[in-house]
Amino acid sequence: MDPIRLVSETTKHPPALHDRAMDNLRYIRETMERATPFTGISGRGEMAIGATALVVSAIAAQQPTFKLWVYTWLAEALISLLIAGWSMDRKARATQTPLFSGSGRKALFSLAPSVIAGGLLTIVLGRSGLAAAIPGMWLLLYGTGVITGGMFSVRAVPAMGLCFMALGALALFSPPLWTNYFMAVGFGGLHLVFGAIIVRKYGG
Amino acid sequence: MAKQSTAKQERKQDADVNTRTVSSKQKSAAPNLDRLIHERLRLGIISALAANESLTFSDLKNLMNTTDGNLSVHARKLEEAGYISCSKYFQGRLPKTEYKLTAAGRSALENYLSHMESLIKQMRNA
Repeated sequence: MDPIRLVSETTKHPPALHDRAMDNLRYIRETMERATPFTGISGRGEMAIGATALVVSAIAAQQPTFKLWVYTWLAEALISLLIAGWSMDRKARATQTPLFSGSGRKALFSLAPSVIAGGLLTIVLGRSGLAAAIPGMWLLLYGTGVITGGMFSVRAVPAMGLCFMALGALALFSPPLWTNYFMAVGFGGLHLVFGAIIVRKYGG
Repeated sequence: MAKQSTAKQERKQDADVNTRTVSSKQKSAAPNLDRLIHERLRLGIISALAANESLTFSDLKNLMNTTDGNLSVHARKLEEAGYISCSKYFQGRLPKTEYKLTAAGRSALENYLSHMESLIKQMRNA
């Protein structure tokens, strides 16, 4: 005859108090991270990017070939990346907040896909003779990335993304001769305006 | 309906805490626990407000992924305890409810955090 087994012997023990304590601490940290908008974007950095973009748009307008025009803007993209990285790091140090907190990480991962897509489409459009669509596509995809990334940031960021998208859509259906104006207004003007808004409203 | 389910959840959690077999060290650490913010949703509300100057009802609802009824019941409990403050106003024609963490709420969260940390330390040293 089999021995009688008590039900309590087979049931799983409830989690220990210290496991629950660890779980509670994790929950508090995650909730705080989710609730914190990413304010690591530096307004002054955005303004500096806008200023360099204005200079570059004037230089790019004088390039004899479209290939050189693209290279000029790619150089500006690299300069902007360096400025953004440096200024965000500086702001994070000044406010003593981690640069890649939960919201910061999410913002970066949301922006990256559209930037990568933009890079690949630049090669494809350039090779297939549709180079005139590149500036509009850049503005449109950058705007998309800024909107999605900006969902985890302060309101000014997705608003800037929306303006980039609108400008990109307009550029796609406008004569190629206006390209340099769209690039200057977008990467130069919008960064300057929204950078100033971020400085004024959120500091840094 | 939401109030009923919330009350049930609370009773279940309290019973859970009370009937759990605990060691003598665990017993010594448990009595000082602030049961008011020990409940998950209330702990979430306090944590979210600690990370922001203020949050609206809809911000909290989205963050906590909960229903209107559930959130308002728990928020009211925290408000009655003086842990959060609530203000109502109109933005255009839309009524808005805004919550802020009070000094008492912040200190309750700090106490709760140190309580959890001491629990973990006690168990590690056991």
